[in-house]
Amino acid sequence: MNIVVLVKHAFAPERWLRLGTNGKSFEKKSLVYEMNEWDRYAFEEAIKIKEQKGAHVVAVSVGKDCDETLRRCLALGADRAIKIPYDLMDSWQIAEAIHMSIKSEKLDLVLAGYQSQDLNNVLVGPILAGMLSLSFAIAVISIEFEDEWVRVKRELEGGFQEEIRLPIPCLLAVQTGINQPRYASIKGVLRARTKEIQESPVTLKPSTLEIEKLYFPVVKKAKRIEGSAEEVSSRLIELLKDRGIL
Amino acid sequence: MEIFAVAENTRGELNQVSFELLNLANLLKGAGKSNALVLGKNVHLFAEQLVKYADRVLAIEDVSFENYDPEIYSEAILQVVGRDKPALVLIANSIAGAELAPCLAVKLGAPVQTDVINVEISDGIRISKYICQGKVMFEAKLRESEFYILSIRQGVFINGPEVRGNIKAISTKPSIAPRRKFIKYIEPEIKEVDISKEDILITVGRGLKDSSNIVIAEELAKLLGGVIAGTRPTIDYGWLSKDRQVGTSGKMVTPKLYVGLGISGASQHVMGMKDSELIIAINKDPMAPIFEVAEYGIIGDIFEIVPKVIGKLRQLKS
Repeated sequence: MNIVVLVKHAFAPERWLRLGTNGKSFEKKSLVYEMNEWDRYAFEEAIKIKEQKGAHVVAVSVGKDCDETLRRCLALGADRAIKIPYDLMDSWQIAEAIHMSIKSEKLDLVLAGYQSQDLNNVLVGPILAGMLSLSFAIAVISIEFEDEWVRVKRELEGGFQEEIRLPIPCLLAVQTGINQPRYASIKGVLRARTKEIQESPVTLKPSTLEIEKLYFPVVKKAKRIEGSAEEVSSRLIELLKDRGIL
Repeated sequence: MEIFAVAENTRGELNQVSFELLNLANLLKGAGKSNALVLGKNVHLFAEQLVKYADRVLAIEDVSFENYDPEIYSEAILQVVGRDKPALVLIANSIAGAELAPCLAVKLGAPVQTDVINVEISDGIRISKYICQGKVMFEAKLRESEFYILSIRQGVFINGPEVRGNIKAISTKPSIAPRRKFIKYIEPEIKEVDISKEDILITVGRGLKDSSNIVIAEELAKLLGGVIAGTRPTIDYGWLSKDRQVGTSGKMVTPKLYVGLGISGASQHVMGMKDSELIIAINKDPMAPIFEVAEYGIIGDIFEIVPKVIGKLRQLKS
């Protein structure tokens, strides 16, 4: 089985963020990058399949500085790593770059994370599926193989789930919680150091959007309760009394 | 411009978001029309509800549309939408819409944006949306195209005028064979505690750091007469069971008191709790989006503050 996993070297949105002076980009130096949370689950799923059924796993990432995330994949058991060396914000352009880079790969399964933790578009996987003419599903929380099919559960709204079947090849975008992503072993990390990251330059197509403005929304509704832990907790108790909860 | 709003129905019911899409369509249509598109096995009752808010309802009824399938649905939408240009297609930013929007966009070669909260049409199409889990606003102009696909955040365009147009039944069969097969729905498990019916929820997030710290939230909940709930990551990490999850993929809650401990406020969580009566959030990060929906915000360390609150509550009780 040939598996391609899309992995993003994404910034951590819960950390301090700073915008560039043009107001249209992030100040890259201010950001803390790591392997996208959802992609950790997608990659773990690939490694689990490799262990259970045997598979050739290729990790693909888009970004000028995505080596660290690709190294992590190599350490965890990826057979190959492909780096598409551009910093892009447009999901369509990203999907197109991946499409150009992997269309000659043999593939039975493409795995992706449900979303990126920084831009949250939930788009690259499904657009790529369309470009590759693959059947696809998102928000996948379990994957089982049945001959030429995969049987998956998807998470819907309100605690509901849906069980569906897709033909192989297909693309699945997985939700967090589908498995427990493992840590790389020291042996794996050492082995990964000597493995090659294959650079795959492509001719980029035009972006489908022009960013006009990025900003921090200023409306903060919450009334602040400030002070020491002692003061804050007293105010909290008073508040709960005032509102009839205590 | 022609605006198409793709109505959403799940398990035999028309979803409220369908009307929200029409409200936006009516705002944007200018000299064009607002069209509702509804697909399913049996949709004429839905069409009658939708027509109140649409210039035209296109009702696509066929047994092959009984279960949602992004490829089959987008193929059918393509047959209808492809005739009028330029056109803007509005889709719900739901789990189904998150598959349908990009699937249709690739077929039409159209720019696509998701979770949009505002759209402007003048010298092109501009959109606004949150990124970075709600921390940053993103505004962009879309590349000029014959078609545009946008998925719209739910709960934004809740009001709009009545229009009362007409219904047009369209008989169409999908021109492609389905590849993806629906098997079944799985209902949420019913447990003793239903967090959507509780008055007081102490809700924990990633900021709790470790499952062993759940005890402080439990103690606070006990003293206040409530129960504990959690964000998606706390369920994924196995700290709490799935029935305790607040958010679009978990439960929608509206307690009298919601206390958020170490919760940053990712939009999928906020959508599930923003209508609570009194929201108090404690978080270290002053920029956390939870403070936009909280009535009271405490910027500080839960491990310093919560034990003090527990101490004071114990004194009160004794």
